[in-house]
Amino acid sequence: MCERSENKGVGRRDFLRLAAKGAGGMALVMVGGGHSLVSANAVREGGADRRGPMEYDPSSHRYLYVIDIDKCIGCGSCVRACERENDVPKHFFRTWIERYQVSRTGEVFVDSPNGGHDSFEPSETGADISKAFFVPKLCNHCDSTPCVQLCPVGASFVSPEGVVLVDDKRCIGCSYCVQGCPYGSRFIHPTTHTASKCTLCYHRLVRGETTACVQNCPTGARMLGDARSLGDKVAEIVATSKVHVLKPELHTEPKCFYVNASREVR
Amino acid sequence: MHAQSLNFLFPNDVHIMWSLMIVLYPYITGLVAGAFIVGSLYHVFGRTELKPVSRLAMVASLSFLLVATLPLLAHLGHPERALNIVITPHFTSAMSAFGMIYAMYLILVVLEIWLLFRKEIIELAQRSTGLKRAILKMVALGVYDISEEARRADHRVVKVLAALGIPAACILHGYVGFMFGSVKANAFWSTPLMPIIFLFSAVTSGIAMIIILYETLSAVNGRKISGDCLQSLAGYLWLFATVTVTLEILEIVSLSYAQDEEWLIVGPLIRDKIAFSFIGIQMVFGSLIPFILLGIVVTLKRYLTAGMRNVITFIAALILLIQVFSMRWNVVIGGQIFSKSGIGFRENYIPELGTREGVAAALCIFLIPFLIMGAFNRLLPLAVEDGDAKAGSH
Repeated sequence: MCERSENKGVGRRDFLRLAAKGAGGMALVMVGGGHSLVSANAVREGGADRRGPMEYDPSSHRYLYVIDIDKCIGCGSCVRACERENDVPKHFFRTWIERYQVSRTGEVFVDSPNGGHDSFEPSETGADISKAFFVPKLCNHCDSTPCVQLCPVGASFVSPEGVVLVDDKRCIGCSYCVQGCPYGSRFIHPTTHTASKCTLCYHRLVRGETTACVQNCPTGARMLGDARSLGDKVAEIVATSKVHVLKPELHTEPKCFYVNASREVR
Repeated sequence: MHAQSLNFLFPNDVHIMWSLMIVLYPYITGLVAGAFIVGSLYHVFGRTELKPVSRLAMVASLSFLLVATLPLLAHLGHPERALNIVITPHFTSAMSAFGMIYAMYLILVVLEIWLLFRKEIIELAQRSTGLKRAILKMVALGVYDISEEARRADHRVVKVLAALGIPAACILHGYVGFMFGSVKANAFWSTPLMPIIFLFSAVTSGIAMIIILYETLSAVNGRKISGDCLQSLAGYLWLFATVTVTLEILEIVSLSYAQDEEWLIVGPLIRDKIAFSFIGIQMVFGSLIPFILLGIVVTLKRYLTAGMRNVITFIAALILLIQVFSMRWNVVIGGQIFSKSGIGFRENYIPELGTREGVAAALCIFLIPFLIMGAFNRLLPLAVEDGDAKAGSH
């Protein structure tokens, strides 16, 4: 059904290790306050709310992903966590971070060295930079997703929870979906020769855990919510705050929402 | 609009995913459709002057059709799963229609060619012995009636099949254009004009290929080239090439004039990244020169000797084949040189030589149709005898 997770054991070890880190991260989160607590809750609940796959009912979830740009510090923890959790091949990314620097005259400089995996070195643009920020990116798990529409064999599909997945046993490796994704979220895996992308850590979701990137974000910039969970704080952000989606003109209806996004973000 | 430094690629947007093979694929299917249209001009529309190429056109269409899947197979990450497109088609994808369109078209062309060559197959079977005779008898499907009445019935069916083949050819190649035009993530591909441009350039390439094949075959067989036939082909080529290039220019002019966000990346793409292949090869060398050459053949025919006309038409056709290939290249590769970030370009793509998707493999695939046509011609002559039936008039 879902894309194969090749490192089931890693997830468990990661969890224990990262839960310890989470305590430190949470201290930062507390300082940030507000929405970021949601992320901290997700870290805590990762262990407390563990369920077996048999108890998991896909139809009772509808996941949303919220990124608060003001909280991202570009540390790259999420990119590294994703790489470990999902065995992402070198130089390909299921999630990445972009750095935007905008000069006073409106010139925009964007970079993402190694997808932000190793964080960011200070940058010299030579311009009078008036604002700068980091933008984490991942698959937008669109409701009207071009990648699923374009897949000629039905290997790309949307799960009942709204997660866009790839059946790598069926994918023929034609790359049509890679061409069709406006966000650059897909790539052809150099070993399996099939389409690969963010699964929203589906293997973790069915265990009642949050995604690796959310769990490892030290500032709570990344948040996973569930629109079908009563009182979900992340869903509340989407419902009540001014959120932005990427490339809205394409009407892909992303489920990845940005808080505090500047107009330069693409 | 903000000033942007055009150097940011999405981190996954580093590689050209659709390479030389995906340039070759629409090129070959274009030749399939275009050659068929030439055949139909005779069989359906009664352009009797095209009788000398009427069989050649159909066999050329079939020969290219037989290899049309090979570039795709060479490209797929999992070619062994290729039949999934037919077994589990996902109908929201343009690509999923490929199996059905291909099969429909193949049946149509094979049936038409069988009817066109039925008389020769039976006669050859009667002259042959042993295994060859057995094979030819099998190909004749146990029908040996070649009376005038039966031949007239054949021609009526051929006319119907050729008529059905026109929308089939349009669908075959229109769908290839739609495959690109429907990718809304790509600023250069996403235009409703794309299927139409592909269709007209397909007809252009088909006519050009038939001219090359006809002149070459005539030279090889020591046959005289029919002046009326070549003159007519040159006229059609001029017409279709003019419409094709006009559409190609209109697409760019529309993008440029609208000054939408797309132009921020498509403009530098054309001006800087594919200037040589787009402006140099596709537009100036590939379009302007043949336009002038064919214009001479069409408008100044009374001043040209047959030899001069043949040579000029041959050169124009050859250049137009290059033009259509460069158009495919510019669409497929050009559309991938910029990142979907809209603010950055990849390295220029240079195809490798010996890989599965490299130049050598592409040349081998492109050579196969000519070998098929050669073999076919040895068995059943592609040139139409003077005394043969006036199929076009039926």
